[in-house]
Amino acid sequence: MNDIFLTVLLTLDATIRVSTPLIFAAMAGLFAERSGVVDIGLEGKMLAGAFAAASVASIVGSPWAGLGIAILVSTSLAMLHGFATITHRGDQIVSGVAINILVAGLTIILGLAWFHQGGLTPALSNESRFLSITLPFVEQLALIPVLGPIYKELISGHNILVYLAFVVVPMVWWVVYRTRFGLRLRAVGENPKAVDTAGLSVIKLRYKALIVGGVLCGIAGAYISTAHNAQFTRDMTAGQGYIALAALIFGKWRPLTVMLACLLFGFLDAVAVRLQGVSIPGIGEIPVQFIEATPYLLTVILLAGFIGRAIPPKAVGTAYVKER
Amino acid sequence: MKNLAIELTGIDKHFGAVRANHKVCLQVKQGNIHGIIGENGAGKSTLMSILYGFYQADAGKIDVLGNTYSFTDSHQAIAAGIGMVHQHFMLVENFTVLENVILGSEGGLLLANGLAAARKELTRLGDEYGLKVDLDATIDTLSVGLQQRVEILKALYKGAKILILDEPTGVLTPQEAEELFRIFGALKQQGVTIMLITHKLREIMAITDQVSVMRAGEMVAHRDTKDTNREELAELMVGRKVLLQVDKGPANVRAPLMTVKHLTMADKQGVERLKDVSFELRAGEVLGVAGVSGNGQSELLEALAGIHPISSGSIEMLGVEMNAKSALGPDILRDMGVAHVPEDRHRMGLITDFSASESALLGYHTDPKINSGLWLSKDKVDANCQQLMQAFDVRPADPHLKSANFSGGNQQKLILAREMERNPEILLIGQPTRGVDIGAIEFIHQRIIAMRDAGKAVLLVSVELDEIMSISDRIIVLCDGEVTGRISAESADERTLGMMMANALDSQDSLDPFHSMDKESSTQATSQDLSA
Amino acid sequence: MNRDTRIAWINGLLLPFLNVLTAFVATAVVFLLIDVNPIEAAEVLLYGSFGYEEGIGYTIYYTTNFIFTGLAVAVAFHAGLFNIGGEGQAYVGGLGAGLAILFLDPTLGAWVFIPASIIGALVFGALWALIPAYLQAYRGSHIVITTIMFNFLAASMMVYMMVHVLRETGQMTPQSELFPTNAWMPFVHDVMAGFGYTIEASPLNLSVLLALLCSVLVWFFLWHTRWGYAIRATGKNSTAAVYGGIKPKRIIIVAMCISGALAGLVSVNELVGYQHRLIMDFHLGYGFGGIAVALMGRNHPLGIIVAALLFGTLYQGGAELAFEMSGISRDIVVVMQGLVILFCGALEYMYRPWLVRNLAPVNTQGELGATP
Repeated sequence: MNDIFLTVLLTLDATIRVSTPLIFAAMAGLFAERSGVVDIGLEGKMLAGAFAAASVASIVGSPWAGLGIAILVSTSLAMLHGFATITHRGDQIVSGVAINILVAGLTIILGLAWFHQGGLTPALSNESRFLSITLPFVEQLALIPVLGPIYKELISGHNILVYLAFVVVPMVWWVVYRTRFGLRLRAVGENPKAVDTAGLSVIKLRYKALIVGGVLCGIAGAYISTAHNAQFTRDMTAGQGYIALAALIFGKWRPLTVMLACLLFGFLDAVAVRLQGVSIPGIGEIPVQFIEATPYLLTVILLAGFIGRAIPPKAVGTAYVKER
Repeated sequence: MKNLAIELTGIDKHFGAVRANHKVCLQVKQGNIHGIIGENGAGKSTLMSILYGFYQADAGKIDVLGNTYSFTDSHQAIAAGIGMVHQHFMLVENFTVLENVILGSEGGLLLANGLAAARKELTRLGDEYGLKVDLDATIDTLSVGLQQRVEILKALYKGAKILILDEPTGVLTPQEAEELFRIFGALKQQGVTIMLITHKLREIMAITDQVSVMRAGEMVAHRDTKDTNREELAELMVGRKVLLQVDKGPANVRAPLMTVKHLTMADKQGVERLKDVSFELRAGEVLGVAGVSGNGQSELLEALAGIHPISSGSIEMLGVEMNAKSALGPDILRDMGVAHVPEDRHRMGLITDFSASESALLGYHTDPKINSGLWLSKDKVDANCQQLMQAFDVRPADPHLKSANFSGGNQQKLILAREMERNPEILLIGQPTRGVDIGAIEFIHQRIIAMRDAGKAVLLVSVELDEIMSISDRIIVLCDGEVTGRISAESADERTLGMMMANALDSQDSLDPFHSMDKESSTQATSQDLSA
Repeated sequence: MNRDTRIAWINGLLLPFLNVLTAFVATAVVFLLIDVNPIEAAEVLLYGSFGYEEGIGYTIYYTTNFIFTGLAVAVAFHAGLFNIGGEGQAYVGGLGAGLAILFLDPTLGAWVFIPASIIGALVFGALWALIPAYLQAYRGSHIVITTIMFNFLAASMMVYMMVHVLRETGQMTPQSELFPTNAWMPFVHDVMAGFGYTIEASPLNLSVLLALLCSVLVWFFLWHTRWGYAIRATGKNSTAAVYGGIKPKRIIIVAMCISGALAGLVSVNELVGYQHRLIMDFHLGYGFGGIAVALMGRNHPLGIIVAALLFGTLYQGGAELAFEMSGISRDIVVVMQGLVILFCGALEYMYRPWLVRNLAPVNTQGELGATP
């Protein structure tokens, strides 16, 4: 009994760790897409962030410096996306693909040139990483049945960025639904003409949204290389940017549901790891690949309207042009 | 003498090579309802967008309430006291009324205070002007009439002293329109200046104090409404143009090739664009469809050509019936012998990126004469185009030139050649001479007459009344998707047609869809009685 | 020269040229950034890809893959669709080719195996594109998102197949057993040897002829058949296409299936032609590379062959570069792909306003004849 409880706790604990970068990236995508700009470049921005963070952290020795640079790099890429799609009205998908591919190549090339470790960055010492934080009273509370272990295993013992992720979500919700910027953001993704005729600049609003997205993607990247891992490795985001995109769709572009989608997808990932080679009585061995594929499958089914409907912001994907 | 709310002087505006406004001058008095009337494309909307700061004029001066402005965006126009209700509402559909109203003037970084203040203010405005609407309802749950109310509230909330409404009744039911006019009255009483852009004469006569008429980008007349009448405005709006003479003998009319019965069609938004339209088209005649553009003519063409499905009623063509359940696509209709020259050649008639020879193939690319087995023979495609170009004198006669690089007239001739040279039984033709030079116009007209004389049936949609009158044998008039007039071409004149186009003819007894000639003369008599 | 001609000239020639040039310059900047002399690098690269027979063989071998995926992307582009699922379609195409071979009697001749594997790749690639196409045409889901998801679904499915179904008995590596030699696409060096010419061995196999054949077929199909006409008309102006009696939903299905089938053929070159077994991740990068190839080749088979050759050269030369110079790897090709997609795709019109303003200015007064 206790074993099962502990296994569940550890799986949930892993879920939180795996979900954290998804949450940051999906929130980034939320800002971009709510403003009317498709962002399939989440993957690339995260990867660039991860590389920048690991590089700088290994040189400077501070995870915070790494985080700062990751944010800077990721935001620059977001601005490149804006320059192509907002200023020059280029295709948003093509621009996103370009960023993803460019970053996939550049991180290796630059990593090789700077560190000569086959594209990896040097392994980070503990001082240059975000380490887990033990919350107060863990030991004292550990004896309380159920709640004690939950507090110890699940709530305590994460690094600062994990906690930040769960602070960011309500903040995003608050910004999107309770502030002037949020109102305008939601409006510009639905009907940019209404925003324009209200005397607001569609272009400025979309750039602002992309900046916020860039910052969040940078944090996601830094988390992956300097908190969850201890160095940058080739293609280390491994499609998490796309999973975040799927979570964004699955969560119907709403902060809280998007977070739940991230947790669900993270949970599936954690379960897949745990179920590797394990035979469940009565069912037998569930192929890991099947669980891994579930987020994508769910998203496809949702998009096709077989379970509910995911209706994207109406103006998403199109550059704004005044008529004529 | 009231003060001026708006004074525009010498406004010019070009879009690329298109001249939308030319030396436009306008004075609007404070507290008046001022109508601006003109056909679609006359430049009304452009002028109002300039006044609202959405576009910038190339030249000219704008005075609002005594101060001179040069707006670079709508924000400045709003600040100067101008509010605009666009033809297509500028509302965010999944927002509440309240959210829509405060967008752009939220009153601070946080929404809470702004929303509360707005709620109070809107309740007050609602009471004052009788503009009641549920502030917490989302826009997509509201009727079109209520959405328009939200637009008006939005403008008033932002402090509009001058309200511009672009074709406000276009989407409204008659009851909703009445309600809107009542609101206008209330606004006027409070000193709000209203500028009403419309092409509906009835509205102008019913509620405006002054009216200005625009035609082809220019302001052609200003009148006090009480000193003018529908007939004069209709004439000013359409303009007297040199009547083009077309040589044609009497029509040799034979059996009907197309019978349309109670045709009703709704667009994708569910708005009915055609309502209970019935008519016959017979071999050997040209049936003209007149109307101010945007009154269902385009939809009629698309329905008859099989492009847009119909909602109810039936169309029988060449012995085959189409209705809401069994639709025929454009490909099948073409095979049957129904040709279609669309109204908009860039959007539909050709593919501007394609070469002339490929555009000359649109709709006929499966023709066995051009295909040999799998092979779509380039030689035959070029020869086909070459032959069409020769027959209709398309210049330059170069099948490899990109379609976009031909002049408007030559593009049109290429499309006409494509559709007419296959000898169809029925020709549907929309705006055949729009943007076409004089020489080509004559040529195109002769070709249409030649088709009719060869015993084919031609349905001609045009906003050019001269064209309708000189080519057609019979004319039906569409207004707001309904047939509001039927008349023979000999007995038609611009005044009568203008009245029918504005649905100003009250007599309904002449509207028998399958009318004979003597009934048409009675229509004419009625209309003359009315205009006398 | 009148304004229209000038604009046509700017759009058709000058702009694409400047865009490719910008991508090249940007790549050179990356070289400088990592302290490599771009000219020296270019020399090594060219030697690696064209300096000796084996190198040339590799170059053309890689080019073959890029032709397939470039054509795949282009066919979809012509229908107005962005197929970014080339990765998945190529991967699943490999399953089709592999299954066709593994389930046939190993004693059959090459004349059965080779066509069967090609058909297997075509059909499986097409099927993997058909589902997203169907969902776009009839369920309204966005093809870009669905094809991305299908790339990942393909990856999971293939791993499953490789680990659980097709793994060679007694082996740990997730790969299938070796194909019977009858099922191997002949190597070019073997074929040449048959004619009495000796050339160095390389992975180059007869799939390259298949790629060239496909280029011709795509060219013929798009520009010389009624179906190709319908596809291009829909891509250029779907309203006009509907007017012309063309059914856009059908076009989506047809174009995507062709696109997927072409992408599937990568597996014929990789697996049937060289690896001779079903392996993991043989497809990686070619699907996305196809986007760069198609954009640079202006979606025309001839342009695609040239662009594919460029990327094939970079791929092979990049390997040489990594070998010769320390601190660089063939990932420089990926960088260049990204830059090509950026400048030839997303920023395609970056220079246009500037060029039009300076080389073909509007003369409003002259054209309208209006007095100032």
